[in-house]
Amino acid sequence: MMRISSDTIRLAIPALSLAVLLAAVFYMQPRAMSYTGLNLLFNLAVPIALATIAQMLIMAVNDLDLSMGTFVSFSACVAATFLQSSPALGILILAGAIAAYAAIGVVIYVRELPSIVVTLGMSFVWGGLAVLLLPSPGGEAPGWARWLMTSKPPFVPMAIVVSVVLAIATHFLVMRSSFGVLIRGVGGNARSVERAGWSVVAVRAGTFALAGFFAVLSGIALVGLTTSADANIALRYTLLSIAGVILGGGEFVGGRISPVGAVIGALTLTLAGSFLSFMRISPDWQIGAQGAILIVVLALRLALNRLEKREKNR
Amino acid sequence: MNAVRLLSRKPWIWSFAATVLVWIVTVLFTGGASSVGLSQAALTFAAFSVIVGLGQMFVITLGPGNIDLSVPATMTLAGTIALKLMDVQNGMILPGLLVAVFLGVVVGIGNYGLIKILRIPPIIATLSMSFIVQSTAIWANRGLRIKPPELLASFTTSGFLGIPNVAIVAFLLSVAAWLLLEKTIYGRWISAIGQSTFAARMTGIPVDGTRFVTYVLCAVLAAICGYLLASFSGGAALNMGSEYLLMSIAVVVIGGTAVAGGDSNVPGIWGASLFMFLVVSMLNTYGFGAGVRLILTGLIIIAVILVAGGRKMIR
Amino acid sequence: MREEVVAARGIKVRFGAVRALDGADLAIHAGECVGLVGHNGAGKSTIVNVINGGLAPHEGTVSYGGTPGHGIAAARERGVRCVFQELSLCPNLTVVENARIMHDGLAGWNWRKRAFDLIKAKLDEIFPGHGIDCDSTIDDLSIAERQMVEIAISFAGAGEGPRLVILDEPTSSLDAGLAGQLMAYVRRFVASGGSILLISHILGEILSTSDRIVVMKDGKVVADRSAGEFKIRSLVEAMGSVVREQSPKRSGAARTGPAVLSMPPRKGHGLPFEAYRGEIVGLAGLGGHGQTEALLELYLSKSGNWLPRRSRPLAFVAGDRSLNGTFPLWSILRNLSIASLGDLSRRSFVDQGREDAVGESWKKRIEIRTPDMGNRILSLSGGNQQKVLFARALATSAATVLMDDPMRGVDVGTKQEVYDILRGEAKNGRTFIWYSTEMDEISLCDRVYVFREGAIVAELSGEEISEKNVLAASFAGEGE
Repeated sequence: MMRISSDTIRLAIPALSLAVLLAAVFYMQPRAMSYTGLNLLFNLAVPIALATIAQMLIMAVNDLDLSMGTFVSFSACVAATFLQSSPALGILILAGAIAAYAAIGVVIYVRELPSIVVTLGMSFVWGGLAVLLLPSPGGEAPGWARWLMTSKPPFVPMAIVVSVVLAIATHFLVMRSSFGVLIRGVGGNARSVERAGWSVVAVRAGTFALAGFFAVLSGIALVGLTTSADANIALRYTLLSIAGVILGGGEFVGGRISPVGAVIGALTLTLAGSFLSFMRISPDWQIGAQGAILIVVLALRLALNRLEKREKNR
Repeated sequence: MNAVRLLSRKPWIWSFAATVLVWIVTVLFTGGASSVGLSQAALTFAAFSVIVGLGQMFVITLGPGNIDLSVPATMTLAGTIALKLMDVQNGMILPGLLVAVFLGVVVGIGNYGLIKILRIPPIIATLSMSFIVQSTAIWANRGLRIKPPELLASFTTSGFLGIPNVAIVAFLLSVAAWLLLEKTIYGRWISAIGQSTFAARMTGIPVDGTRFVTYVLCAVLAAICGYLLASFSGGAALNMGSEYLLMSIAVVVIGGTAVAGGDSNVPGIWGASLFMFLVVSMLNTYGFGAGVRLILTGLIIIAVILVAGGRKMIR
Repeated sequence: MREEVVAARGIKVRFGAVRALDGADLAIHAGECVGLVGHNGAGKSTIVNVINGGLAPHEGTVSYGGTPGHGIAAARERGVRCVFQELSLCPNLTVVENARIMHDGLAGWNWRKRAFDLIKAKLDEIFPGHGIDCDSTIDDLSIAERQMVEIAISFAGAGEGPRLVILDEPTSSLDAGLAGQLMAYVRRFVASGGSILLISHILGEILSTSDRIVVMKDGKVVADRSAGEFKIRSLVEAMGSVVREQSPKRSGAARTGPAVLSMPPRKGHGLPFEAYRGEIVGLAGLGGHGQTEALLELYLSKSGNWLPRRSRPLAFVAGDRSLNGTFPLWSILRNLSIASLGDLSRRSFVDQGREDAVGESWKKRIEIRTPDMGNRILSLSGGNQQKVLFARALATSAATVLMDDPMRGVDVGTKQEVYDILRGEAKNGRTFIWYSTEMDEISLCDRVYVFREGAIVAELSGEEISEKNVLAASFAGEGE
């Protein structure tokens, strides 16, 4: 008898949500079913997917990062200023920011602090630094970032290519490698990981640094798309990234996450945004419709979950 | 000696100590001239944080993952609709308040309905809800700024014996919240749920009913706060609630309520609210720009939680 | 004398004012199985933690293979492994991934394949016919399967095998058949030169498996002799508790009136469930065959989740204290009174005086060993915490009490005290539904339902209740 693992089911649900939403878009706007249409729909997917992966890593070790949005904004500001004018200094600053992330991960664990509050505080810090860098919108994207994000590979738009590569790479990193096992192990039962002789502090530092790395990439990708930056450019990424992880089948505690699901969740959220502008919904109700879509997708996920459970019990 | 030790065991003492320190530093800078004005402003603005913070505290006490992100949208909606309904007439003040409370109840029911029916984490449910509530507020507002009734405006902006009226309202609400938490069955129940939901269920606590009431309570407090804030600031604005999202969470946690749930703290919310306002006004007084002000605010939040959290480990 | 694997000498450990260990000595040699017994709070867990490096003693020395050392890393390096009383796997990972975390030797390319082979082989060796899929997530396994996996991971050796395996209540979640398989493996392991430190409350297991038995009391070793010199009676005497004759005193209550609780046949077949006033009804059968689920279903069907009720028909005593029993932030008193607050309050305000009075009366009645009911619940030993959970259920006005194997890991003395309370309460008309994995407890019941694969397959009453009949019913239909 073939048994479907719970991981596969975790993945099937977000994938189906995305397919349904995509089908709805195509049904309403058949012209979207083209290279240009897809490009338009998923335009902003890459930075959101990267931020979602970063958030997912933090959630894998039972924490939550409320500074994700301001940190991506800060990275975007660095990318649009230092990284463009003096790359070496820019890289140094971003490396320092990643080190700061690792340090936060250690401090939260060693002092047993609530991650929500520490990252809440950090969101002010990153926001302040971003304002110092770019008090008003401006800066310029580094040429290579611009080239990478706007290049048009044959057949499939860049955003989708990058998303697929990202999903596969992070799947191997988090779900298949030994380090990934340790990350999820710390989320599942940190004490037993410690008893087995591992340093939980080191694992958490590594996890946070990795999250910081993906968040930095998100900022660079965002600037590559928008060509300039401002201090508030990615504030909504905090909530988007959390919603993406949840849509993708991840959970808040217990190290139950899915990188492929997270990328799909980010794509779903991007699509929801594009879908609304396609539908020409009155600006008054645009935010509300976004909320409604989030609810519909989650309801769909619940329905599928129920169905799956019934299958299992039969 | 014993009293000092007993006092230092109270988690809220730290936020008050920090508040007094910041107050002294700020007053020293202005040569003592501003001490009364500063204190009154601090009490007024802290009052709003306290009211939303109380609601958020009840929700956070329910345990990990419980949080209400719809607080700012609820404030905006309640402020907008109430002011529109009252239409500058003094006679409509009470109906306006009732409508604000009613809106809070509706949002609370919606929040818990989503959590329960869709079985999604509160953070996502209340976020989705806040989108819809915010849209409704935008639709209702239509860019018009309606003034509050004369009587209500003067009530919210004046004081009694030098103490701002809104601070008195917040104090009364705090006392009620404290009684609810410390002395009633309901307080025991939310603490039990916060420590272990399953164990609470198995001791016969009506878990869903309790959580439902808590989410409604939080939304109602946010609505009352929106009503008062809109009246205080001479009209409702669409972004009037935005800073209260992070603020409501920050004051709860800095005030010593356990983020892991089960352990709440009413006095700490006052200390933390006063502290948060005074820090910003201190940095303003010293003439810092927006960037530096933000960075220092963030670092102070982290410093406070480092000191308070470190102490918790000894216990 | 054979080679010494671990030796702890003159160990003293204090937790605040409590002396957990007061000069304890314990040495374990290659090729022997040492049984470690003692009441809860005698210091067994503490000395285990000292040996495995998790706890640094305040005084005394620990040496591995003759050379002193301490810390988790040092202990693991010398081949000391530990299977803990509470399950310590990562529930979100697969069996294979858990093996990877426990064994650093599995690093490198293709570790999944190697880990899979390693664990599969070990499971087959210890528990032939186990039927566990090594690629499934721990969450999807039953408690017994999790325990089996944990034991297999501990005995497996990637690179160098273990030299000493500490088994802390290893059979608490296993049924008799699996426990037998494990004990047989322990003997084989010892015969091949390995060492075992076995901790168990099931004295028969200790007597039949160990070469040497160490008895602890009040943080000291009070007896250390070869297993052949002990009998159950002498062992219990050495532990310091009074042996009471276990004559099953049945209340003999005739079925009066209608059933207070009933349930149709589960899973569509088998017998229906019924319980009458004043009865002690046992749920027996092999571990994990649907007894807990039946209790939960009974409980949840009778208790509302939305509206508060003044009086409830059922109370529940949890088996897993840390998971679904205690409220760790609260005092003993609050933990005790939480279920009966409705009777202790006026207009939903809790009456402090009445709450205190109820706390004091229960403290006396069931002898909760604490100076102050205001102390935190975690300051109590495990057995005393369990007593508080009993008091919580008994203090309610509920006519029926459901018990989910609540005596797991509780010492003999406490058990006897609780049994007496149960009999008294049953005589006063309370009904008890009692799931237990221990035959001694099942034989205290008036009537017993035997579970198999989620359904009730047999009903025994009075003199029919015996280990033989329960086992026969548990295995009935095997191989059909």
